[in-house]
Amino acid sequence: MTLVAEPASLAEQAGVDPNWPELVTIEPPRGWTTLGLRELWEYRELLYFLTWRDIKVRYKQTALGAAWAIIQPLSTMIVFSLFFGRLARIPSDGVPYPLFSFAALVPWTFFANGLTQSANSVVLSQNLITKIYFPRLAVPIATVLAGAVDFVLAFVVLVGLMLFYSTPLTLHALWVIPFSLLALVTALGVGFWLAALNVQYRDVRYAVPFLVQLWLFATPIAYPSSLLSEPWRTVYGLNPMVGVVEGFRWALLGTATAPGAMVLVSTVAALVVAIGGALYFRRMEQTFADVV
Amino acid sequence: MTTAAIRVANLGKRYELGRALDPSRTIREALTEGARGALRALRGQRRAPTEFWALRDVSFEVARGEAMGIIGGNGAGKSTLLKLLSRITTPSTGRIEIRGRVGSLLEVGTGFHPDLTGRENVFLNGAILGMRRSEIARKFDEIVAFAEVDRFIDTPVKRYSSGMYLRLAFSVAAHLEPEVLLVDEVLAVGDAAFQKKCLGKMGDVTGEGRTVLFVSHNTDAVQRLCAHSVLLQSGRLTAAGDSSDVVRKYLSLGLRTSEPGEWVDVTQLPRRGSGQARVASVLYSSGNDLTGGHPYSLGPLEFILEVVSDSARTLSSLAVVIRDQGGTNLVNADIATHGHVIQLEAGRNAVRVRIAALYLNPGQYTVDLWLGDGTGAGFDHVESAFPLMVLDPRPAGTGAITVVAGAVPCRITASVEPFAEYRSALTVASS
Repeated sequence: MTLVAEPASLAEQAGVDPNWPELVTIEPPRGWTTLGLRELWEYRELLYFLTWRDIKVRYKQTALGAAWAIIQPLSTMIVFSLFFGRLARIPSDGVPYPLFSFAALVPWTFFANGLTQSANSVVLSQNLITKIYFPRLAVPIATVLAGAVDFVLAFVVLVGLMLFYSTPLTLHALWVIPFSLLALVTALGVGFWLAALNVQYRDVRYAVPFLVQLWLFATPIAYPSSLLSEPWRTVYGLNPMVGVVEGFRWALLGTATAPGAMVLVSTVAALVVAIGGALYFRRMEQTFADVV
Repeated sequence: MTTAAIRVANLGKRYELGRALDPSRTIREALTEGARGALRALRGQRRAPTEFWALRDVSFEVARGEAMGIIGGNGAGKSTLLKLLSRITTPSTGRIEIRGRVGSLLEVGTGFHPDLTGRENVFLNGAILGMRRSEIARKFDEIVAFAEVDRFIDTPVKRYSSGMYLRLAFSVAAHLEPEVLLVDEVLAVGDAAFQKKCLGKMGDVTGEGRTVLFVSHNTDAVQRLCAHSVLLQSGRLTAAGDSSDVVRKYLSLGLRTSEPGEWVDVTQLPRRGSGQARVASVLYSSGNDLTGGHPYSLGPLEFILEVVSDSARTLSSLAVVIRDQGGTNLVNADIATHGHVIQLEAGRNAVRVRIAALYLNPGQYTVDLWLGDGTGAGFDHVESAFPLMVLDPRPAGTGAITVVAGAVPCRITASVEPFAEYRSALTVASS
């Protein structure tokens, strides 16, 4: 070992042994960085294991177990059907109201849970973050992805409900795949923002339930977006969950209104939120270990 | 051309006190803080410096396959350095270059989930530490065997004893096989056998051509495992080189400074005894300018004690006790063992105690002082009065690392003799 003021760069010293492992350079962060997708890809197995862990432990030591994945949207559907469907007689695009609201509640529950849990994910993983290096984005991503199991379970119930109401299941239903991805991107995007903010400001913890509640009513779950006239219906798509919910209904229940322009707006909005959120997260993650 | 595995250049880490370090900051506090800052700026007041450099201008290189010690007191920046090297936090200045995967034994058990089984945690923890799934699967049996938890591998780890938990966690970390291994003394968890296992693993790792950075207070372990060390003091690198030299410098920073040839005031120290006679201060020296007056192995050592007595009295026991860092009493230089008595005058007296040859190995020791009348009840007893550093008398630059074998040194000679002279004696002994 030698003590030198400015030793030759290790990069310059390369060539001694071509089998040398890859050089890692650690430098002070300089403002905004990239998304670090390449590194995230290298750590894909960690992402897989974190997701797997979240799924494994999600319903450990609960009496009802995975049934919770169904109880949540199902009970909301029953309440909505009673109050909005029966009592308030809110229109449902010619679809039985329970089916109409449940088709929206399935992606919504996935979104709302993903959002809530990813907002707390980084703070809850502080023992990991203060001890080990890995791409921090893996934490909120794994949390949101783990919700996919609940989503699939709830979706099966939705299919059952469709059969119950004799709604035909056609190939057209495959359209739910891109709409599910849209819900995923939206949940990730908002999750990135909230998870990073939560490290610095624990206010987020208190704001999230409130935000989810407001967002629920700002999304056409209990009511159809067809209540709005164009161009407002398309503008409404700025809330990405509007595109998701209407897309689900269109794909599964065949509601007459094809939500083309609205979905386009929603997709752009979701991507802006997600990329912006990821960049903000990446900027803030440099101080996570010091602050959390 | 060197083959450095780690190169650190002008590395610095700055924290902003009271800000980044406060985890419970809310938006409201951020706003009021901002407003207060603006107000202060309006009044033309300067903000109090809230910066803190945990590490500053640190540069060094570690060769591939070398074990290097990082020594320093609490808050010297050792942990910060490890955090920067393991990329947990980012540097404020400078640059680090590392070749290869960095693993550390500071994160033993991190990411273990209590509800998951041992098997599941091995895979999860392995992935967190940066292992590929195929790699974990390949080493799985080895990991479980090393941890000795075979029977419970499908039991949730929350049902494990803390020992089993720790063994499994360590086993995963130990099988990571990184190119660069960071070891914090935090590994001092667990029992002595476990610590020994950890240190043994470290030795294996360097043998395999991996690079190790070892952070410790245990200067003995550092000297045993690392040829070279760096010393951190208040975030700065103040020494680098042979571990024995760096450790010596670190030890010389002792809590209370006691330089040879200077009076060490002991009046303020906690003590026991009647106080009829007390030691006020002490001066010591080996009298050898080559060691700066420091005592050295097998060399002479002289103490002058300033003893204050309330009246003229006879002192039948006066001792200078030298203990090792573990508290073991190694040398008890007591006049009572030679039947001496000392006549003290009322007021200040100077008592000289001379040790002709100090049978102590180089290292850090502590001195206790004792005055008594021989009946058992003492006049004065000062424990850990001051530290004493014993140097290696061999000339520097021989390149030899101090081999500390026995507890004390001895003078030896060895020579080859004609065997025939001893033959008859041996035959008699064996018949």
